[in-house]
Amino acid sequence: MIPVLQVEDLKKHYPVKSGFLRRTTGQVYAVDGVSFSIAPGQTLGLVGESGCGKSTVARAVMRLVAPTSGRVLVEGTDIATLSKAELRPYRRQMQMVFQDPFSSLNPRMSAGDIVGEPLLVHGVATGAQARARVAALFAQVGLRPAQMDNFPHQFSGGQRQRISIARALALNPRLIVADEPVSALDVSIQAQVINLLMDLQRDQGLAYLFIAHDLAVVEHIAHHVAVMYLGRIVEIADKVTLFRNPVHPYTRALLSAVPVPNPKLKRKKQLLEGDVPSPMRPPPGCAFHTRCPIAVARCSVDAPVLKERDAGHLAACHLADG
Amino acid sequence: MNADAILEVEGLSTVFFTPSGLVRAVQDLSFTLRRGEVLAVVGESGCGKSITALSLMRLVPTPPGRIVSGTVKLEGRDLLAISEAEMRDVRGNAMSMIFQEPMTSLNPVLTIGAQIAETVRLHRRVTRAQAWDRAVEMLRLVRIPEPAQRAREYPHQLSGGMRQRAMIAIALACDPQVLIADEPTTALDVTIQAQILDLILQLQQQTGTSVLLITHDLGVVAETAQRVVVMYAGRKIEEATVEDLFEFPLHPYTHGLLGSIPHLAAISGAVAERLQEIPGMVPALSNLPPGCAFAARCDRADDRCRADVPPLVELRPDHIVACWHAGAAS
Repeated sequence: MIPVLQVEDLKKHYPVKSGFLRRTTGQVYAVDGVSFSIAPGQTLGLVGESGCGKSTVARAVMRLVAPTSGRVLVEGTDIATLSKAELRPYRRQMQMVFQDPFSSLNPRMSAGDIVGEPLLVHGVATGAQARARVAALFAQVGLRPAQMDNFPHQFSGGQRQRISIARALALNPRLIVADEPVSALDVSIQAQVINLLMDLQRDQGLAYLFIAHDLAVVEHIAHHVAVMYLGRIVEIADKVTLFRNPVHPYTRALLSAVPVPNPKLKRKKQLLEGDVPSPMRPPPGCAFHTRCPIAVARCSVDAPVLKERDAGHLAACHLADG
Repeated sequence: MNADAILEVEGLSTVFFTPSGLVRAVQDLSFTLRRGEVLAVVGESGCGKSITALSLMRLVPTPPGRIVSGTVKLEGRDLLAISEAEMRDVRGNAMSMIFQEPMTSLNPVLTIGAQIAETVRLHRRVTRAQAWDRAVEMLRLVRIPEPAQRAREYPHQLSGGMRQRAMIAIALACDPQVLIADEPTTALDVTIQAQILDLILQLQQQTGTSVLLITHDLGVVAETAQRVVVMYAGRKIEEATVEDLFEFPLHPYTHGLLGSIPHLAAISGAVAERLQEIPGMVPALSNLPPGCAFAARCDRADDRCRADVPPLVELRPDHIVACWHAGAAS
């Protein structure tokens, strides 16, 4: 089966300009060689801390930023180099849901117009036909079609995220890229949106690239999980393997740091020292060696590559046992 | 007065006068912070937890806000009855606060060291040099590497985690009896959050400070606090020890909240199942229904719930709840 999305060695470097002549004085290695694929109807969770490049991956996949190099295959076609016009039919296949439901909806458009706009842009439906489709989408995401004429400020955060999801569904995409779709929501509302996303996947066979920093949410929704650190994937596996049998020390530390809502569980936290280094000057060798509890001399010289340990379980570490 | 109480809040109500009407942010709130404990106040946005923190520090912006009733007794002394000058002497001294966003609560044009020293000089009779030494000592205490050098740096030169450490250093510089931490780790990444929570707990044990931890994260509550107050729409609806609350949540809202969070099954051993949803949303504080504020979202609600606010009753030892049906369920 052809993957809905296949990303090969994706890189996105941003030049840093400074001085009077705005000369390029450095590069931010936001994404530095990322590969993964997503099968139809599956969810890949992409996790990592702020600045690890996970949102840049999402933007590059959507061609909201042009990748520096690498290939982005949507159902087998590389879209990384297509022109704007050539890209259009592929845009219909993939839609995005953003983190902030307050800034990602145009405050001057009614909710119905927001959801219906993709239909007009792509010439799918107009007039009464479009309105009927929008009403159906509203019902699908748990909003009342009677609310179509309301404006975004009349909705709560959770409802706004439902509007974003309805807009993303309008063109029957195969893939939805969701960048932290629930992290701005309160927990009781978060559960509503997570359940909605999972129901939609079950009913329509959608694939998700689900970007989040909350590992518990990712464990709940994803089939596969990739962990990023400073622009690279350090470990990728199916969900059960990654959460039960993580081999990369960063994945282990990340899991250990998540507060678990169970006061009876007394576990020893494995605390990481220090902060994430700047992606402008990633450390030589393994980027994680400055914080790694088990690093040896080799780690600061030699960059480890992603190696397959078991079927489908890859990790980039010289020392990972497994 | 309870001997091991350090901070006693009784009948606290804070309101805001807004163009859209009277907003009852905190209503009739009572709780006791015991000496040396970590008490968590948990709830979703708009439940009044942050306004509670600001009310205790008398930092509610007035107007539009006003504390309309209640007492806040710090070791028996009512902070709401003293003058503003006396209150200034309490803030940062006997009682201090750390905020969610360290970048906006630090002064960007003063060095970290100067900001700590300022607090010390306000409350202690010390020379500049002594205050500076104390600042460096505090930075060492919060485990900032190279403290003498870092003291001369500005907030923008520090990372988010380091800034929060600096905030903690300021808050603890005068050995407060009570530390109010309002979402201290919400803006931080999870590995940094773990560092900061670990630091707060260690310092709390070293110094014996009592901590009021305001948070929305039940995972953080479970791992750091001994007791917990759950707030909904401006009121306390449940209070218990952490163990009891997670094992026997009595209020339907608490019950729903615990069911709506994914549990990281791989670690907690829980079985991943469909998340429980709490239908609907939090009512507007400017237009609260007459009875129980949770009634519209509650599957146990009846006419009495919609008419009368349920009183807080102790249903289990040290476990109080405000629900007409709490005894019947669970």
